[in-house]
Amino acid sequence: MRLHADRESCISGGRCMATLPEVFDQDDEGIVVLLTPTPAPEHQAKARKAAYLCPARAIDITESPTPD
Amino acid sequence: MLSYPQDRTCPYQPSPGYRELGRSGPLHKVRLWDGSTIWMVTGHAAGRRLLADPRLSADRSRPDFPVVLPRFEAPIFKPIAIIGFDPPVHDVHRRMLAPDFSLKHVREMRDEVVELTGRLVDDMLRKGPPAELVEDFALPIPSMVISQLLGVPYEDHVFFEEKTVGLLQAKDAAGAEAAGQALWDYLDELISAKERTPGGGEGVLGRLAGRIDDRDLTREDLLRIALALLIGGHDTTSQMIALGVVTLLEHPDQLAAWRAAPPEALPAAVDELLRMVSVTDVSGVRVATEDIEIDGEVVRAGEGVLVSSSMTNRDPEVYEDPYTFDIHRAAGRGGAASGRQHLTFGFGIHQCLGQNLARMELEVAFSTLFDRIPGLRLATPAGELPARSGGTMQGVHRLPVEW
Ligand code: HEM
Ligand code: SF4
Repeated sequence: MRLHADRESCISGGRCMATLPEVFDQDDEGIVVLLTPTPAPEHQAKARKAAYLCPARAIDITESPTPD
Repeated sequence: MLSYPQDRTCPYQPSPGYRELGRSGPLHKVRLWDGSTIWMVTGHAAGRRLLADPRLSADRSRPDFPVVLPRFEAPIFKPIAIIGFDPPVHDVHRRMLAPDFSLKHVREMRDEVVELTGRLVDDMLRKGPPAELVEDFALPIPSMVISQLLGVPYEDHVFFEEKTVGLLQAKDAAGAEAAGQALWDYLDELISAKERTPGGGEGVLGRLAGRIDDRDLTREDLLRIALALLIGGHDTTSQMIALGVVTLLEHPDQLAAWRAAPPEALPAAVDELLRMVSVTDVSGVRVATEDIEIDGEVVRAGEGVLVSSSMTNRDPEVYEDPYTFDIHRAAGRGGAASGRQHLTFGFGIHQCLGQNLARMELEVAFSTLFDRIPGLRLATPAGELPARSGGTMQGVHRLPVEW
């Protein structure tokens, strides 16, 4: 799984950080900061959930054909 | 055709008319007070899609923007800040406020909110039962928090609380305009004082007063932002505290589960309460700028769309037993479809700016209240509480309690 977070479209609601703080953070301006583009296997379900919850559709997930 | 809005018959469940409507699909035409029609969305997936669709506009100044209630005809509502603007202006103003409302900043504010909430309960206990929970508890928490955050003197709270209710509950446009104008004049003077203070003075309004540049932020923009934040910051949250207390007291098993829950389970429990109560009843109102095909229907350019939070939050496609209040919903039933994907704070770029602040205040309020006053009970049966009617924003005028 590969993650991308678009800081341009982020509206800083913090849903991602509330869901998976190990992967999503916010900078001083409240804008999303991706801590790693390749979440550990145990974090992937929550990463999908964060992408679903993101109101601005700012989180993009590319699923790898083979599990990583 | 169903006329909109319809009053609730239970403080925490959608009106029977909407429930009936929801059974016949995700989108419905309903009739407004002025005879016009609007699409009411009751399906969760459709609501999410529409609220995230850039072909829908939130611009209140458009002549085709739906006027859901007579009071929204008041000129003061037409260019309401942030919530009533499309990009790019929306995004510029929202970004200016993002740091103050971010999850991190809200977490820093928590200790102070715990302290102030504790003081309110001390006062209630000192005076002894009965108490009126709106005035003694539910209103002062968000009101103090937002005035401090914005840099509005809390000494003026009776004035701005009254005018806010006057604006949001007005029967007609003239009433809303009068109350709105009083708030406007008050904030105008306050911002002038901040402009005279070197460095801008206290709070978010002080910080922004120092940033007026006549391009990204005019003085009028700031006044509109101040108005939106002052109004948005206390009425919704106070009524959510009040109706949340009613919901918990009416479900003793869930209240017991709340008390037994570890602190890390409380945020999800707060979200389940937000889902149930859906205090604004509406996730967002928009107008289509192009024809939009959705679920076999076509929303035509110029038609209004209203996404119902109380109904999308009970979509059986998403929630098992949607009318059941279950604070452990997130952990068990529904899996990924936990209570947290409710649309109580809206969706898309306008999703509530104050949501993290509201969640924190709610968690502290319910925990402190039921911790300190374990014998709390309603002094008036839930069905007989003096409830707000004829609008979208739910609430009670008074909430008598005893212990
Ligand atoms: C339980 C409490 C609250 C509820 C249920 C609530 C609900 C909502 C909803 C549904 C929206 C979206 C409206 C739309 O899309 O048209 C919204 C937006 C907004 N809310 Fe809240 N709100 C609450 C508390 C607050 C607080 C505490 C503030 C603090 C100032 C606030 C400020 C705002 C602002 C500024 C917007 C506009 C955001 C934008 O357009 O980008 N709200 N709220
Ligand atoms: S959930 Fe989306 S909009 Fe919200 S902070 Fe994260 S990336 Fe930004």
